[in-house]
Amino acid sequence: MKTIIALVIFAFSFGAQAVEGSHPLQKADVDVFDLESVRRGAGYFVDYCMGCHSIKHLRYSRLGRDLEIKDEVLRKDIMPEGAKVHESLLTAMNPEDAIKWFGVAPPDLSLVARAHGADWLYSYLKGFYVDQSPTRPTGVNNLYFKDVAMPNVFWDLQGLQKPVLATHGGSQVIDHLEKVTQGKMTDKEFDQTMVDLVAFLVYAAEPAQFARLTLGKYVIFVLLVLAIILFKLKKEYWKDIK
Amino acid sequence: MASEKAKSLLGWIDERFPLSSFVSEHLVKYYAPKNFNFLYFFGSLAMVVLVIQILTGIFLTMNYKPDAKLAFDSVEYIMRDVSWGWLIRYMHSTGASAFFIVIYLHMFRALFYGSYKQPRELLWLFGMVIFVLLMAEAFMGYLLPWGQMSFWGAQVIISLFSAIPVFGEDLALLIRGDYVIADATLNRFFAFHVIAVPLALVGLVVLHLTALHTVGSNNPDGIEIKKNKDENGIPKDGIPFHPYYTVKDLFGLCVFLLVFALIMFYWPDFGGYFLEAPNFEPADPMRTPEHIAPVWYFTPFYSVLRAVPDKLGGVIAMGSSIVVLFILPWLDRGEVKSIRYRSGLFKIALLLFVISFIALGVLGTKPATPTATLFARFFSAIYFLFFLTLPIYSTREKTKPLPERLTHAIIPLEQREGWHWNLLRKILAWVAATEAYRCLQGSICSYAEKACGYVEAIKKKNCK
Repeated sequence: MKTIIALVIFAFSFGAQAVEGSHPLQKADVDVFDLESVRRGAGYFVDYCMGCHSIKHLRYSRLGRDLEIKDEVLRKDIMPEGAKVHESLLTAMNPEDAIKWFGVAPPDLSLVARAHGADWLYSYLKGFYVDQSPTRPTGVNNLYFKDVAMPNVFWDLQGLQKPVLATHGGSQVIDHLEKVTQGKMTDKEFDQTMVDLVAFLVYAAEPAQFARLTLGKYVIFVLLVLAIILFKLKKEYWKDIK
Repeated sequence: MASEKAKSLLGWIDERFPLSSFVSEHLVKYYAPKNFNFLYFFGSLAMVVLVIQILTGIFLTMNYKPDAKLAFDSVEYIMRDVSWGWLIRYMHSTGASAFFIVIYLHMFRALFYGSYKQPRELLWLFGMVIFVLLMAEAFMGYLLPWGQMSFWGAQVIISLFSAIPVFGEDLALLIRGDYVIADATLNRFFAFHVIAVPLALVGLVVLHLTALHTVGSNNPDGIEIKKNKDENGIPKDGIPFHPYYTVKDLFGLCVFLLVFALIMFYWPDFGGYFLEAPNFEPADPMRTPEHIAPVWYFTPFYSVLRAVPDKLGGVIAMGSSIVVLFILPWLDRGEVKSIRYRSGLFKIALLLFVISFIALGVLGTKPATPTATLFARFFSAIYFLFFLTLPIYSTREKTKPLPERLTHAIIPLEQREGWHWNLLRKILAWVAATEAYRCLQGSICSYAEKACGYVEAIKKKNCK
């Protein structure tokens, strides 16, 4: 009996060890209900990401309504020239050009937060480091996405990072990243910027989450009351059954 | 006046359709054992989940596009642009997993109380066909969102058919309608998922219920209530299904919906088990995901498959792990049904079986490392040993004497025998004696009294 229990515990425990990737993810302190943060994130997305990436499943009108952005602000600050309000957040980049320039077409980011998770996104965005090897046309590499085609678009905000190597099991691996130059932002400001951006992507991956999370408690409350009533009803019907 | 009119309407219908006799036969005069416990909720819950799946499915079909180019985007369209589309889709996706939780518990109940034994073998067989159909339904439905895991999961499972000698490759081709998973596959899976399989499922549920109402329900004591009837021919330990079990099942349903709503509103992807993260990326035939894992409800059988090094051997093992369930009524040759009166040997065997089933399920979600494979082999062996040893020892089990009449729904703790119950009683006695427990009890009681006081006050106010 004891051996069986031990075996079962062991079987469950190695599930915990099998974490993929060698670098632990950094925790993104994202709160989609902090609309101010999500709005800032939307701004960063339009300024820094939409040159290459689309969010084809999100319309400007939906964005404005969910994030409580006034129509004129939406048109002035978020929507590019000539875009219509019911259109989606589409990049102007031609995918064929993108393949010519980067080797791949930049993926649509509608669901990236659900496919990879907020923590991964946050770590990835902060994980660029200088890599001068001739195979890297962008001059950078990423700790969480090796040989990624994307350049570090935030280099001027963040500053440049270089890898610090350590010997692990006989081979040289990257232990952590270290700042080489200081960007326009302090580390704290940059972290907050990335949290805002990730918060926006988390929102964009499931705009219905506002409705879902707010509706849930009422439904559960009603079911709870109903369950109590039904329990009493059952007791009443069953009182003569021994 | 109104009731007279209703009566005459009922009479009008009854002359043309046996409505009253149907209701009386299957509800008011269907006598069920009076000691059902909570494990008996899952039969009616399975029916409710089937209805939820069909209803939400209808609304999903209205907006879903079974086309490899459009499918993924149409699901996101449902999630974002269709009114309440997100709710319908989450109900359907949570419902799929809930279906298997409910069905697995329903099947476990049958194992626990011997509900598959004579005279209920056909009932069990119909149920098993429903289970297999349900797996087919879930598998085909999982391809429809056309995400990475939909695509690659289907690719892996269908390629299993090609391991069958002689006609395997042709069979796989026939299922896919193409050399890889493609638009043709999506279209035919859609047809099966939306029409063929649900139709067969509903038909089999009717057969399952007809068989049940012919032989009558089993109970936690595993004795036949029909053997003990009163002068009117009504089982002494039976109570009419309606109203007793309808009100009870309504309460069970409400608790179930409570849990269902909690998951659906607050944790719809259930940590990547109900909705797998890679499935939020559109299917890409050129890029294999790092780790292909089937949805959690298939993982026990998937583990059995991976435990065998040879592909054909694995397929045979996986097939037998399901087929062996079909012949369970003939493998178990013991007379006594309920676990309450069976031998300790069977209790241990069933415990090991349940542990190995869950362990296989957990292993199936993990990558196949050498250690994991070793464990999968170990637990697969236990899984099969449960069935293979059953015919040997079940005839000479040392069983306890059966009671004449039904006993408790749940045996009270004081009446339970065995060292583990003794231990539990001791632990509970020790906990009850501690200061912290008394403190907690005291504070809870005072709060309860206060709450009762408030309720009384409100009642008085309203009465005035």
